[in-house]
Amino acid sequence: MRPLRYLCYRALHSVLVLVAASVLLFAVLQAVPGDFLDDLRLNPQISPETVAVLRRQYGMDEPVPTQYFRWAASVVRGEFGFSLLYNRPVGPLLRERAINTLLLTVTATLLAWSAAVPIGAMTARRRGTLVDRATGVAVAFLVAVPDLLLALVLLLLATDLGGLPAGGMVSPGMVSGAGWERVRDVVTHLALPALALSLLLAPVVVRHVRASLIEALDAPFIQAARAAGASDRRLVYRHALRAAATPIVSLLGLSIGSLLSASIAVEAIMSWPGMGPLLLEAIHARDVHLVVGVALASTCFLLAGNLVADGLVFLVDPRTRS
Amino acid sequence: MTRLRTAAALLAVIYAAAAAAAFLAPYSPTEQNRRFPFAPPMTLRFVDASGRFHVRPFVYSLVPRANTFDVYDEDRTRAHAIRFFVTGARYRFAGLVPSSRHLVGIDGPERLFLMGSDEYGRDVFSRLLHGAGISLGAGLLAAAVAVGLGLVAGGAAGFHGGVVDNAVMRGAELMMAVPSLYLLLAVRAALPLHLEPAETFVLLVTVVGVVGWARPARLVRAVVLSARTRDFVVAARSSGASNTRVLARHVLPETTGVALTQFALLVPQCILAEVTLSFFGLGVSEPVASWGSMLADLQRFHILAAGHWWLFSPGVAILAVFLLYYAITDALHQRLMLRS
Repeated sequence: MRPLRYLCYRALHSVLVLVAASVLLFAVLQAVPGDFLDDLRLNPQISPETVAVLRRQYGMDEPVPTQYFRWAASVVRGEFGFSLLYNRPVGPLLRERAINTLLLTVTATLLAWSAAVPIGAMTARRRGTLVDRATGVAVAFLVAVPDLLLALVLLLLATDLGGLPAGGMVSPGMVSGAGWERVRDVVTHLALPALALSLLLAPVVVRHVRASLIEALDAPFIQAARAAGASDRRLVYRHALRAAATPIVSLLGLSIGSLLSASIAVEAIMSWPGMGPLLLEAIHARDVHLVVGVALASTCFLLAGNLVADGLVFLVDPRTRS
Repeated sequence: MTRLRTAAALLAVIYAAAAAAAFLAPYSPTEQNRRFPFAPPMTLRFVDASGRFHVRPFVYSLVPRANTFDVYDEDRTRAHAIRFFVTGARYRFAGLVPSSRHLVGIDGPERLFLMGSDEYGRDVFSRLLHGAGISLGAGLLAAAVAVGLGLVAGGAAGFHGGVVDNAVMRGAELMMAVPSLYLLLAVRAALPLHLEPAETFVLLVTVVGVVGWARPARLVRAVVLSARTRDFVVAARSSGASNTRVLARHVLPETTGVALTQFALLVPQCILAEVTLSFFGLGVSEPVASWGSMLADLQRFHILAAGHWWLFSPGVAILAVFLLYYAITDALHQRLMLRS
């Protein structure tokens, strides 16, 4: 019963954080001089009267609190405000993009973790050997590579070598396609951004897994297992990894924020139609509702990811259950 | 220890080069040479066409190949010796001393492209040096703003407790609930898009600094909380020291370690923040050089696909600076581990 109560408490807390974030974003963004209609004002063929009418039509002449409550009402309807740039409600637009970002980040996380955990375990087992040191150097190097540079270099390599589509999510002829063909098309487009993102994520995981495992391998129960004749492999994967599971899994929660941030750069450079490019477009067009929507969606992802990570810790560590 | 010193010394050299950019760079970062777009880096030569060796290195003139716009051949008949302390574009050293001396250059109207040129024929080496001033300077100042705000907010929260503490910590939680780059971009969205270069710089430093205060504030608060109950603080209080005096003389000095490590961690993040904003056209923009605005050229696919590798040099520079900073934070971290 207790975990359920805890979960409810956390969920409620997340909702409060989201509400506070939306108020803050709204207040800050509405305080700006200039709005979406700036470009129209510069156009000599559009009279100031027309702009004034548009302002009234979009409700931009109302006081900020009124605008906020109207926006909040549209959130309840699932619309999340109205995007002036796309001339449609933000909600459905955001959903499309959020799913794409989710597809990319989840794939990258799976890729990164399935490569990084064995590598981390291997280096922890062979502490101090040449392999360990070489991996350490490679990891230290990769951690320092800025996401922009990595994405640009990978894109250049992909265009030079060919084979992989360089950007976008579907081929031009595939837009209305369906079924197996479309899945294959999306997967080939996904390969490059997912690779870039997992290369940014994996070195951090390798480091963390190695450090956690080394700490666990120093524990007396490992000596006991060794004395009982357990093999090296069994020692690491069966005993130490279980003991190190809690710190390793909690990294999953901590890394979501940086994963989402890195995803913006990768998406924008490789033209993956996720939330990153949408946010950049919205900022350049001064589309306030869209900016708020995307920022809140990313916050939602972060909060939800933390909840999932907490749940995983709860699953792997029986001590947290009592 | 030696690693820490080496890394710190190398960083100092890089920062010094950025500060002296106007003198070290052969040309102004905005000077265009429309006849030489995308010129490759020139090769420094010591042996001339007739096989004679020269102590003073020289370069050959570049000649655009017919019917191309970014392919060049060397004209072996026209050699230019590299000269030092040449007279060139006027500038103010450190913003004060007027001068027109540049460390290296070549004679005549031709240009020396040590690291090639960009699409307007601007010298990439000069832009890299001038851009370092913007990117590294913004990183340093923004990190200082973030740590300064963190000290004030965290200090107040830990020292006064109660409502102040609650307000600051809830605020920090809110800042950390939004993924950092999304937060940075959202805050940037709240400010005018088109500004003068100097205004943009101040704005960048402020935005990046304000977005980064939460983590240092939390750590500072924890240190202040524990320092408040230490014997020497109680002793100072019992001998009648005022709140301000206790905070300034006894509590805040305890936070030096945390503040410095946070600063070292924040600087690379702030550099990356400036670079990312400028890369997406939300920071320093043309024609001013920053490492981000230089990399932004590569967003245009035909420039990226043309494989002008020297245009990646700002990225390599960022990588080098980050490696040095991480070496320093690693060394600091290990030292703290050994001490505890």
